[in-house]
Amino acid sequence: MIELDKVSYGYGGTALFSQLSLTLAPGSFHFLTGPSGAGKTTLLRLCYADLRATAGKVRIFGQDAASLDRDAVAMSRRRIGVVHQDCQFLDHLSIAENIALPLTVSGREQEVSGNLQELLNWVGLGPQANQLPPQLSGGERQRAALARAVIVSPEIIIADEPTGNVDWEMSQRLLSLLVELNKMGKTILIATHDLAMIRSMKADVSARVLRLKDGQLMQAGSEL
Amino acid sequence: MRAFLELIVGDQQADRAVPPTGMTARLTVFVAAVMAFLAIIALAVSLTTTRVANVWAEELAQSATLRLPADPATADALLLSALDVLDTTPGISRVRALSSDEQKALLEPWFGPDLPIESLPVPQLIEIVADGDGYDIEGLRARLSAQVPGAILDDHTAWRAPLVEAASRVRVIGWFVILLIGATVAAMITLAAQASLAANVQVIRVLRLVGAKDVYIARAFVRRYTLRAGGGAVVGAILGVLALQFMPQGDASGSLLMGVGFEGGDWLWPILIPLLSAIVAFFATRAAAFARLREQT
Repeated sequence: MIELDKVSYGYGGTALFSQLSLTLAPGSFHFLTGPSGAGKTTLLRLCYADLRATAGKVRIFGQDAASLDRDAVAMSRRRIGVVHQDCQFLDHLSIAENIALPLTVSGREQEVSGNLQELLNWVGLGPQANQLPPQLSGGERQRAALARAVIVSPEIIIADEPTGNVDWEMSQRLLSLLVELNKMGKTILIATHDLAMIRSMKADVSARVLRLKDGQLMQAGSEL
Repeated sequence: MRAFLELIVGDQQADRAVPPTGMTARLTVFVAAVMAFLAIIALAVSLTTTRVANVWAEELAQSATLRLPADPATADALLLSALDVLDTTPGISRVRALSSDEQKALLEPWFGPDLPIESLPVPQLIEIVADGDGYDIEGLRARLSAQVPGAILDDHTAWRAPLVEAASRVRVIGWFVILLIGATVAAMITLAAQASLAANVQVIRVLRLVGAKDVYIARAFVRRYTLRAGGGAVVGAILGVLALQFMPQGDASGSLLMGVGFEGGDWLWPILIPLLSAIVAFFATRAAAFARLREQT
C-alpha cells in the first residue's frame, strides 16, 4: 500500500536519513520507534505525501508520490487517516464538525449523520460532540483525532505519537482502538518513543516494530 | 461563469471551514464601497461631458454665422445682398439677421447693459441654419466674396474641433480612471485575501491533511471576498447615485456642470459597477488563493 524504496531525506545540506526502505502491506501493524529527532515524523510525512523525498521512490497505493499533483495528493489522503500528536483541529468548529471534516471536504456530507454518532460513541465523546476543541482534555482531543482519521474508513492509519499527551490508561484505550481497527483490516503505522506501551500491546496484536536511529531503519530487538 | 454562479449559491460547509475575519472583512467592504462611489462619479462626469459635447458639436455643425463689415454707409446694401445670396443657396433652411437688441445682448457680458450699440460700428450678424444635407461652404464663400465684399463666413469649425477633442479626452480620462479603480480594487482584494490566507495557515493545513482539494479551500475565501466586494460596491453605487442628485440640475446642453448624471442606457452602469467589482474580486481572490496554496504543502 505504501512503499519506501531507498528513500533519502534531508534539508539544509544535512541528510536526516538515506537509502531507507519500508513496505506497509495491507492489514499490517507497524510501530516506529527511535529517539527524538531521529526523523520519525518526517518518515510518516513522507508516507502521506506531506513531504517529498530528496532521493529514492515513495509509492502510495502504487503511485509514485513524486508524480502526484496536488489534487492527487488530496485524493490519496482520503484513503489515509492521519493522527497527529498535536491533533490539529479547527478551533472554531465543534468536535462533531471537526470529526466530520474528512467527509465534508470530500463531498460526502450525506454520510455524516449515519457515521458520526456511532463514531463519537465508539471513542466515548458523545457528550462532548458540540464542544469546541480547546474545551477538551488531551485524551479527548486524541480520541477525537482518531475518530476524524477513521471516519472516511481509510485503508491506512498513520499516527504520530498518538499517546504523547495522555495518561497510561488513556493511552491503552487509544491503542485498543487502533488494534480494533487493525482487526477490521486497516493498515496501521504508529510512531512512538514509548517502548512500555509497545510491550503492553505485544500480546494483543502481531506488530512489526521498527527502530529509526542514526539515519538507519532496523528491526527493533532486545530493547523490547 | 458556472464557477461564478456556484460561488454565489455557495457551499455552507466550505464557508464554515474558514473562521470569520472581522477587520479584513470590514475593510474590504469599505474599500469596495468607496471605489464604487468614485467609479459612479467618474462615469457620470465622463458620460455627461460626452453627451453635452455631442449636443454642442451637433448644434454648431448645423449652424454658421455671417459677419458683415461695420460700415454704416453700406450696411443696408450689404445686408440685402447677403440675404439674397443666402436665400438662393441650396442646403440652407433658415437665414436670420440678428436684431439690434440680440446683438446688444451678445455684447452685454463684456460691455454691460448700457452699451449705445446704435452709435457704434458693430458688424451685422446673420445666423445661417443648414438643412439635413448641408450646403457647399466653399461655393458660398466664393459667391459672398464676389457679391458682399468684406463679409466673413464662420462655420464654427474652429470652435467645434477643440470641443469634440476635449470631450474625447475627458471620455478617455474617465475610462482610465475606471480602469485604475478596477486595478485598485483587484490589488486591495488580493492583499486582503493574502492576509486572510496567511492568518489561516493552520486551517489550510488541517483541511489539506483531511483530503481537501485546493479548489475546495480556495472557494471558501473566494466566495467570501467576492460577496464582500459586491456588497460593498452596491452600497457605494447607491451612495454615488444619491450624491449625483445633489449636483445642480438643469439643461445639460447649457453647461458641463449642469445635469451631471446618467440618462437612458447609462443607468446600466450603477448596476454593472457592483457586478464588475464582484467579478474583479472573484478573479483576484482566486489567483491569490491558488498562489498561496501552491506554496503550502
